[in-house]
Amino acid sequence: MIISIASGKGGTGKTLVAISLALSLKDSHEVTLLDCDVEESNDHIFLKSVVTGSEPINMQVPQVAKGKCIYCGKCARVCAYHAIAVLGDHVLTFPQLCHGCGACSYLCPEKAISEEPRQTGVVEWGHSDGLGFVRGILTVGEAMATPVIRKVKEYANGNSIVIRDVPPGTSCPVVEAIKGSDFCLLVTEPTPFGLNDLALAVETVRKLRILCGVVLNRAGIGDTGVEEYCRRENIPILLTIPLDTEIARLYSRGVALVDGMPQWKDSFYRLFNNIKEIVNERSCGVKW
Amino acid sequence: MKEVVVLSGKGGTGKTSIVGSLATLAERKVLADCDVDAADLHLLLSPSVTQENEFWSGQVACIDLDKCSQCGLCQELCRFNAIRDFQVDAIACEGCGFCAHICPVAAITMKENLSGYLFLSQTKYGPLVHARLGIAQENSGKLVAQVRQRARQIAVEQNLEYIINDGPPGIGCPVISSLSGATLSLLITEPTLSGMHDLERVLRVCRHFDVPALVCINKYNINEDNTQRIENYCSAQGVTLAAKVPFDNVVTKALVQGVPIVEYSDGKVSQEIKKLWQKIHNVLEETKQFA
Repeated sequence: MIISIASGKGGTGKTLVAISLALSLKDSHEVTLLDCDVEESNDHIFLKSVVTGSEPINMQVPQVAKGKCIYCGKCARVCAYHAIAVLGDHVLTFPQLCHGCGACSYLCPEKAISEEPRQTGVVEWGHSDGLGFVRGILTVGEAMATPVIRKVKEYANGNSIVIRDVPPGTSCPVVEAIKGSDFCLLVTEPTPFGLNDLALAVETVRKLRILCGVVLNRAGIGDTGVEEYCRRENIPILLTIPLDTEIARLYSRGVALVDGMPQWKDSFYRLFNNIKEIVNERSCGVKW
Repeated sequence: MKEVVVLSGKGGTGKTSIVGSLATLAERKVLADCDVDAADLHLLLSPSVTQENEFWSGQVACIDLDKCSQCGLCQELCRFNAIRDFQVDAIACEGCGFCAHICPVAAITMKENLSGYLFLSQTKYGPLVHARLGIAQENSGKLVAQVRQRARQIAVEQNLEYIINDGPPGIGCPVISSLSGATLSLLITEPTLSGMHDLERVLRVCRHFDVPALVCINKYNINEDNTQRIENYCSAQGVTLAAKVPFDNVVTKALVQGVPIVEYSDGKVSQEIKKLWQKIHNVLEETKQFA
């Protein structure tokens, strides 16, 4: 089973929930935690993880062989990203714009274009006290997070429960991170910002036809808009975490909620069972 | 014309709340919300939309099944796994057009994609340029570039001095698009290990694109040891710490009312944000005009 933890708005508690869920399940299940927030990954701060391997993540970008090129301009015409330009007898490539689609090298009539790897990030894997852990890191200055996320997903142990910590927002990195999940937990806070971005996140998961439920974090801080929205949209609120300065302090020190306050383990275990039930009902064809 | 972009790396550190307040403090400015896939600034500024433009960007492959000979070449060559059973997964398609070029029976065409909307609004604090990226759409960086371009246009037309730009979280494509060529970046962080880790990365992005940075620690009293570490880090990096804003529930109360905090209360949070704007203003005054 694959559970994604997303939010729309940043800073609502995705990492807190992903870490606590993974740590609560790891003694009774095989669990892999994937940090898919490759721009700003934070899960490792909360885990005393041992990195056992890593692999560079490369984009395949064009390399033009000067002797073979006849400057016909075909490559520049087919590149949808303006990553290659032909000016007289010069070919310019802009590797940072390249999406690695391979059209230029395939379509070059002189077979003058080969593809060279260009590193845009790294994926690391290891474990933390029985919990499997994979982390993607986008290189600073690089724009495209999606290929790094795609790679992180490949390292998941398919036999285990997979928990994906997703980046904030609703655009391509989020879509790549949640695609293929059985369930998406949306973590939000009871404020107008939290509500606005939750509604966008719900639209995103519905477009991908993924089941979702809500974790309401910092409950008591704002208004009741999120609860009213969830009732209206028939989205279950599966866990409520109150506004509590002790929880905020633990987080600030990089201590997982269930390590600092072990009484929370039961709540996360119940959360998992609720998710399992919802996913099973759907696979049995029961309308949810 | 000078542009300050507010970033943080980590989400939820208070970028939008602070930009909402800067909107009330700065004069002769245009506001730009560059967090196009989860825009929230409009919730604080009560804008009335005066102009709405469609944002067409990128393309999506479309297979004409009457022409398709089911040879499977498109499926084999697509690197984004966007074609399965001769159907295009519009969400996975990156619009490269490779399939359309190689289809032996010319059954594939590329269709323009409506990926969002760009808005110009009037607020009581001045003009606001904002946008909404369509759900699960790509090209957020291009939409950000359009938001900034429109904001610059407005600044020129109305002879405004400043652009205040509310940026997205992270360090990737929309952040780079929000940042490149700006006069100054304001980095909002919080005294948590995550906030500090992410500040360090976003500061490196600013350096990479040669944009000077100021730091503001929000909710500094949540962990004063970490606040001290951020202060030490800033001085070691030669970055000015512009303000330390305390945690106070009044910020959320103002947000629930839909008004910027400095208009809602005159407490310590508001005092500190006023000092913050004074510092930003001074730095912008000292910075040379950009072309």
